[in-house]
Amino acid sequence: MTFRFGLAAALAAGLMVAPVTGWAQQKIKMGVSIPAATHGWAGGLNWHAQQAEKRLEKQYPNLDVVIVTARDVGRQANDLEDLVSVQRIDALVILPFESAPMTDPVRAVKQAGKFVTVVDRGLTDPSIQDLYVAGNNPQMGEVSARFMKEKMGGKGDIVVLRGIPTVIDNQRVDAFMKEIEGTQIKVLGMQYANWNRDDGFKVMQDFLSRFPKIDAVWAQDDDIALGVIEAVKQAGREKEMFILGGAGMKDMIKRVMDKDVLVPADVLYPPAMIAEAMEITAKHLVEKAPIQKEYIIEATLVTPENAAKYYYPDSPF
Amino acid sequence: MTPSVMPEATRKPSSGFDLKLYGPFLALAALIVLGTIVNPVFLSPGNIGNVLTRTAFIGIIAVGATFVITAGGIDLSVGSLAAFASGVMIVVMNALVGSMGAGLPVILIGVLVALGLGLVAGLVNGLLVTKGRMEAFIVTLGTMGIFRSLVTYIADGGTLSLNSEIRTIYRPVYYGGVFGISYPILAFAVVALIGALIMYRTRFGRYCAAIGSSEDVARYSAINVDRVKLLAFVLQGICVAIAVVIYVPRLGSASATTGLLWELEAIAAVIIGGTMLKGGYGRIWGTVVGAVMLTLIDNILNLTGAISVYLNGTIQGVIIIVAVLLQRGTVARR
Repeated sequence: MTFRFGLAAALAAGLMVAPVTGWAQQKIKMGVSIPAATHGWAGGLNWHAQQAEKRLEKQYPNLDVVIVTARDVGRQANDLEDLVSVQRIDALVILPFESAPMTDPVRAVKQAGKFVTVVDRGLTDPSIQDLYVAGNNPQMGEVSARFMKEKMGGKGDIVVLRGIPTVIDNQRVDAFMKEIEGTQIKVLGMQYANWNRDDGFKVMQDFLSRFPKIDAVWAQDDDIALGVIEAVKQAGREKEMFILGGAGMKDMIKRVMDKDVLVPADVLYPPAMIAEAMEITAKHLVEKAPIQKEYIIEATLVTPENAAKYYYPDSPF
Repeated sequence: MTPSVMPEATRKPSSGFDLKLYGPFLALAALIVLGTIVNPVFLSPGNIGNVLTRTAFIGIIAVGATFVITAGGIDLSVGSLAAFASGVMIVVMNALVGSMGAGLPVILIGVLVALGLGLVAGLVNGLLVTKGRMEAFIVTLGTMGIFRSLVTYIADGGTLSLNSEIRTIYRPVYYGGVFGISYPILAFAVVALIGALIMYRTRFGRYCAAIGSSEDVARYSAINVDRVKLLAFVLQGICVAIAVVIYVPRLGSASATTGLLWELEAIAAVIIGGTMLKGGYGRIWGTVVGAVMLTLIDNILNLTGAISVYLNGTIQGVIIIVAVLLQRGTVARR
């Protein structure tokens, strides 16, 4: 994983030579609040968070990591209160369910004197956070558009399957549309598929009925893309088009690795970002290592050449 | 209006035009006309085939829901149960491939497991409602959460995928068919037919309506209320299992988002079809039409670029409300 600013070299070096024992005597507690594993990407997020917990607790014996998961905004706000009052955490790593409603609850944590790391979805008041680790949604749209432009020679007919109507989805789609502006790529149709396989399947079936010729599909997300693939196969039109998903699901990375013509590439939006955030935060807490204010994880294009690097066969996502 | 315990088959056809009876069919016809105007592709055999095949899941579940709702109950757990049964079915089949090899026996065991789970889940819901003396709404709200979290747990938060060899053998159950009619459509037709027979031609069907109409009166009429209610929930569970059996071969996977909100779609199909939410009056064919309408609305919206995608939910909501208004108009005047 590459960062826009790069991981400080000193920081990396610090990790190598850091003695495993001999830190401050009392336990340092880090609370991690993330959405529950209710869909593929969040499942990956939970898995990576748990892996990071094991790794970090082994690496820093006086560090205690507490992971809590919430099904909605309200429950996540409750979780934060419990982390502060019951668990008495020293730092919080949070992937907010939604930006605006979580801003004040996180502010309260900050006011209680805790270190705050915000992951992926920013708060409406960025001054609260001590550290921000995120994927790059506009860039994801951009990279996707650039790949499709190149692959299609700047012209052709495409359909777009969007996620759930949210800021994230808008950022991706806006950047994508901006990038294909001026080319002869025509967007035939656009519908929400809610980051869901079943919806991807249904919407694509209808698109296939509606348009006799489709050169490519921007599915934006790997779960949607898997539904799209089934619909295309059912219609027997897999020779006609290619499909570009996104996120970095292991099934899709595997297809790219195996040079599946239907899936020539994938664009990363890795759930492993939670692990990065936890590591940087832990290092800062325990070793007092200096950190950047912001780490943006690039939306890397995964191709058959580099796919092996992003393949986690044990992850549920 | 006096509560009617008569199922529609025994009702004498009235001389006037019964909008309540034909309302769902009229709404369906209007929707088909609308679809044809929106895009000529709408009527192509391919599109109609897709739509009906997709409807099969919700349709089959909704047939079961018609009995539960007619008997004055409700089952909110069907979507979660579908996801859970799909997940368990996949895990079991994957596990058996090692010892039994990929073949028909493995799939048959998978199907039996799904059916067994549906039956047991129906029993649990039904027993809690009848012997436990609890509101069906609360019982099934509880089991809804239980089944959903169980599938999330089994899938480790991710997605369960069917072994690819099994998948290849099992795949035709969704994608194949006879005489151009896919198996899910056939399954849907058979389930609806059996449902209609049970609802209109058996004592059980009449008892469901009687209990939904007035539980006390039914009890004084020496109807074994608990047994009828229990059976309605079991029927619902089996319907969910049948839906699962044709759902799994479609994408060969189950995750925490499988079957999300199916319970609401099934209830909507039942109500659009003319069954009363408070019970006492059920109609299977209306439910079938209601389920088809729900899928058609989605399909028509996908076939047109004229309406902003942000408004899809509004259009769906308006059509559902109008469809129900169409039938309720005459009821109020009675």
